[in-house]
Amino acid sequence: MHQTFNAALELNLLHANQEGADHNRAHFDQWGIRCLNLMSSPGAGKTALLERTLAALQQELKIVVIEGDMTTELDADRLRQYGVPVIAINTGRSCHLDSQMVSGGIHTLARDYDPQSVDLVFVENVGNLVCPAEFEVGEHAKVALLSVTEGEDKPLKYPLMFQEADCLLITKMDLAPYLDLDLAQLEANVRQMNPHVTLIPVSAKTGAGLDLWLDWVRSQVQQGAALAMA
Amino acid sequence: MHETDMTKALIMTVRDWYVSQPDPPTIEAIHLVVGQFTCVEPAGLAFAFKAQTHKTFLEGVPLVIRETPLIAFCGPCDRPYHPQIGLQYTCPTCGGAMEDIRSGRELKIERIEYSLEGAKV
Ligand SMILES: Nc1nc2c(ncn2[C@@H]2O[C@H](COP(=O)(O)OP(=O)(O)OP(=O)(O)O)[C@@H](O)[C@H]2O)c(=O)[nH]1
Ligand SMILES: [Mg+2]
Ligand SMILES: [Zn+2]
Repeated sequence: MHQTFNAALELNLLHANQEGADHNRAHFDQWGIRCLNLMSSPGAGKTALLERTLAALQQELKIVVIEGDMTTELDADRLRQYGVPVIAINTGRSCHLDSQMVSGGIHTLARDYDPQSVDLVFVENVGNLVCPAEFEVGEHAKVALLSVTEGEDKPLKYPLMFQEADCLLITKMDLAPYLDLDLAQLEANVRQMNPHVTLIPVSAKTGAGLDLWLDWVRSQVQQGAALAMA
Repeated sequence: MHETDMTKALIMTVRDWYVSQPDPPTIEAIHLVVGQFTCVEPAGLAFAFKAQTHKTFLEGVPLVIRETPLIAFCGPCDRPYHPQIGLQYTCPTCGGAMEDIRSGRELKIERIEYSLEGAKV
């Protein structure tokens, strides 16, 4: 007769990605680099925020951007104007960056630039409100962006990214007066699943709120430096 | 589509297991656990699995997906509750935030069911 057996695997489907992410983070730690992963739906303002951020910080910190544009070099070209190395990863049709893609970027970083001198790496993820949250790439902190035009219900509908975020930027605040956005409700919705998130309303257009964001970035870099000393 | 990537990871894991066996087993079913609080759609996973295993050693093998509900634990109330995905995540009793997720984040290959040609019973 036919006997069946069971092999208990109990293996996470994201196991390989997680291992790769830990490996990437070990590289960053070894070089004293802080890595921030920027995630949002398409067009929420990741590249615009980075433009402002690079302009403000590039004298003060040695920054590298790993750019996960789906198919083009458009975003990378926008950012290169700030005199900062931008490593573009062609993600093909993938809806998120994974740790293996970012590992390719890290190898470029190690080959073409002096990684020991770098303080901060920004990863601009693929525009998508759902999947990037599930795929760690080796970052030390996750930054989510939600633009005011997307509506205050989005954290309830797409909770994963908001739950995982260490910092949430409400972007395009200059447009808020033209919309019926209820900012208090938006914050209450986010805090349902992430009560301790650092929430900062910003406008890349007017510059409002950017000082708070830059301070948060600086505190992240300091934490990284403190880790490297220990 | 991340279901495609997840399926690739799944097939690679099963293949590793398959080639590590002393006698080639016949795989009868693959059992997965997919939490409701993940970005994975079971139907998408099943579809990708069917497409990617076409004409491979896994062709026709049933993929059995068990979904687990989102269950959070409220510390102040000292008890679990079921957040309503899309509507409300806070504790229905005290209104506290969802901080401790006990179920619903699973994405794993639980077990492989198999048989052996010459197995003596
Ligand atoms: N009014 C206003 N527009 C903004 C602001 N930030 C970005 N935008 C505009 O929003 C559009 C998208 O901005 P991007 O920075 O390209 O958004 P992104 O998130 O990088 O987009 P993808 O990389 O394609 O996902 C552009 O037309 C920007 O000019 C802002 O603070 N205020
Ligand atoms: Mg962009
Ligand atoms: Zn409670």
